[in-house]
Amino acid sequence: MSSHEKTGVLSTKDLKLPSKEHLEKGVAIIECIQEIPCDPCVASCPVNAISMKNINALPVVDFEKCIGCGKCVGFCPGLAIFVIKSRDDKALITLPYEFLPVPEVGDTVKALDRWGNIRCDGTIKQVLKKGKTMVITVEVRTDLAMEIRNIRVYA
Amino acid sequence: MLLRIKKHPIIDFKDSERISFYFNDTKLHGFKGDSIASALHAAGIKKLTTSLKYDRPRGFFCGIGKCSSCLMKVNKVPNVRTCIAPLNNGIRVETQEKLADWPDVEFKSKSKETANVDILVVGAGPAGLCASLEAAGQGASVLLVDENQTVGGQLVKQTHKFFGSKQEKAGTRGIQIAIDLENDLKKFEQNGKIKVMMDSTAIGYYEGDKEKQHKFAVVKREVYENTLYEVNCRAAIFACGAMENMLLFPGNDLPGVYGAGAVQTLMNVFGVKPGKKVIMVGAGNVGLIVSYQLLQAGIEVDRVVEAMPQIGGYHVHAAKLRRCGVPILTSHSIKEVYGNGKVEGAVIVKLDNNWQPVKGSEEKINCDTICLAVGLTPSTRFLYQVGAEMEFIPEAGGYVALHDDSMHTTIKGIYVAGDSSGIEEASTAMIEGKIAGLSAAISLGYKKKGDSSLKKQHMGELDRLRAGPFGEKPRIGKHKISKLLGKRHV
Ligand SMILES: Cc1cc2nc3c(=O)[nH]c(=O)nc-3n(C[C@H](O)[C@H](O)[C@H](O)COP(=O)(O)OP(=O)(O)OC[C@H]3O[C@@H](n4cnc5c(N)ncnc54)[C@H](O)[C@@H]3O)c2cc1C
Ligand code: SF4
Ligand code: SF4
Ligand code: FES
Repeated sequence: MSSHEKTGVLSTKDLKLPSKEHLEKGVAIIECIQEIPCDPCVASCPVNAISMKNINALPVVDFEKCIGCGKCVGFCPGLAIFVIKSRDDKALITLPYEFLPVPEVGDTVKALDRWGNIRCDGTIKQVLKKGKTMVITVEVRTDLAMEIRNIRVYA
Repeated sequence: MLLRIKKHPIIDFKDSERISFYFNDTKLHGFKGDSIASALHAAGIKKLTTSLKYDRPRGFFCGIGKCSSCLMKVNKVPNVRTCIAPLNNGIRVETQEKLADWPDVEFKSKSKETANVDILVVGAGPAGLCASLEAAGQGASVLLVDENQTVGGQLVKQTHKFFGSKQEKAGTRGIQIAIDLENDLKKFEQNGKIKVMMDSTAIGYYEGDKEKQHKFAVVKREVYENTLYEVNCRAAIFACGAMENMLLFPGNDLPGVYGAGAVQTLMNVFGVKPGKKVIMVGAGNVGLIVSYQLLQAGIEVDRVVEAMPQIGGYHVHAAKLRRCGVPILTSHSIKEVYGNGKVEGAVIVKLDNNWQPVKGSEEKINCDTICLAVGLTPSTRFLYQVGAEMEFIPEAGGYVALHDDSMHTTIKGIYVAGDSSGIEEASTAMIEGKIAGLSAAISLGYKKKGDSSLKKQHMGELDRLRAGPFGEKPRIGKHKISKLLGKRHV
């Protein structure tokens, strides 16, 4: 049994990671590692960067094609897609968010890892409210780019 | 008012009319749209009745009209299931001590009404709604009955976005799917093909001419005055859903131990918080989803305990919860729940490889709500009464009626669909409903060009959804059902 089946928490070893160049450009990382009957991510991508053999297969991102637009982040019903763009000292994490209060651009929030532990402060760079799932971009330390997957906003 | 949810990230709770009612002579307030139990809960009243034998306090458990732990006397009518009975202005709600007094108000000099239709559909969840729409689309006349105030079954509380493919509205929230289906329904109501009776319970099957006609009794409630309907139909589709399972442990009947469905209903339909701090029992999809929804409603989830050594639900649901900081403890269970008249805390315990509690691993946790998400059992009482052949299929969640791939049971003209035919989820319930509705209509002569390819398309869609590892259980269940059916009816 892999440890995430017990904990519900993935490690970077469970994921196919993009290269440094791809990360600098900004690409989607899909943390959906089980064969579940689901496929809206495929249709959500404007450049067809996500593919899937059949509805139960795992989604695969073509990091060459992906333009890091973040559209898939708001569509995925599993809230399992994140766009990561990391530069020298700062990384931008674009994540789905379904809680209140909603942060505003410029706010400082707590940045949490997959365990829900607070790891650092983050600065909100973008807030997209299309549906009820908001797509939020937070800036954090580059060394935590593969760790930070949630934010906590205090009223 | 403390327990009312004011702001929610997903649901827009609209202000509704404030109404007053009496609880054992005390005047209380609730809102239009409340159930009696939700209004009482919001007013801090968790004890609704007393157990028959040991005088133990009882609160609601299932919240969806299936367990009878919420029976009260309303305007002198005893045994009202307050979890689904609508709150009305000025009503008098009383606790009934144990067995109720003989009612003197029901059925008062009212004669029965009669309804003759092609197809009766029992249950307006995703399965029953799709069955009705499909059958009416073929031209059959349909009567759809459901005992709730609003259509949608469990969909009305499912605030998360659905999986599946576009045909099953993947990416759309359950609450929105319910609205979409209701709008489709309205079109057929306008042209008279579907008649919808809400707040109505199908209560029994009566001798009809079995070859041509089935006869059912349906009770329609109107402000606690009932009208009895005799429904004659040529086919009936049972889409009655499922009932939450109980778990055995001391204190499991204390008010505050709720089924996950009850908690989901209370907070997402009525906008009432179940409590302040919750322990969730069960890490299947229902447990994981409801835990996340509790957080969205601003309620603390202390932890999720799961007896199995691994998480049963989808990883993506578990991950959502974990990154909010909620621990999921596998190989853990609940040992007991304690409290004086209501839940005040629980003892959880670690389990060893043989499912035995590990001595010394007990941990006491203060909390006011225990939420059980330990599986569902198909609602099948009617199918027994009709005489359909039933079989215990563990993968389907219990006893189910044997049925073929048109969802037809062993009784001519009687169909099943959705959870009632085997526990699964909403996407497959919708497709099964479509298949049952289409098949029933075709069998009555409502044929159209392209019928058989449409049916094949639905069946292919079901196979596709069940093809993955998470579809294994229903796949095995349905396979056993058709094998047993084949053996007996060659
Ligand atoms: C707490 C809970 C959470 C769930 N969460 C999910 C989820 O997140 N995603 C998912 O896909 N599935 C979920 N499910 C499974 C869910 O049951 C199915 O998704 C789906 O709702 C099944 O559809 P259905 O139409 O078979 O039953 P239901 O939706 O349960 O509808 C059955 C309807 O029939 C009515 N009824 C029953 N008997 C009678 C009678 N005699 N007379 C009149 N009316 C009657 C009931 O009141 C109900 O409205 C959940 C179930 C529960 C209980
Ligand atoms: S980020 Fe944009 S381009 Fe990349 S996979 Fe998602 S939708 Fe496609
Ligand atoms: S939409 Fe999300 S949950 Fe569904 S397959 Fe794609 S990544 Fe997985
Ligand atoms: S019937 Fe009302 S709580 Fe179960």
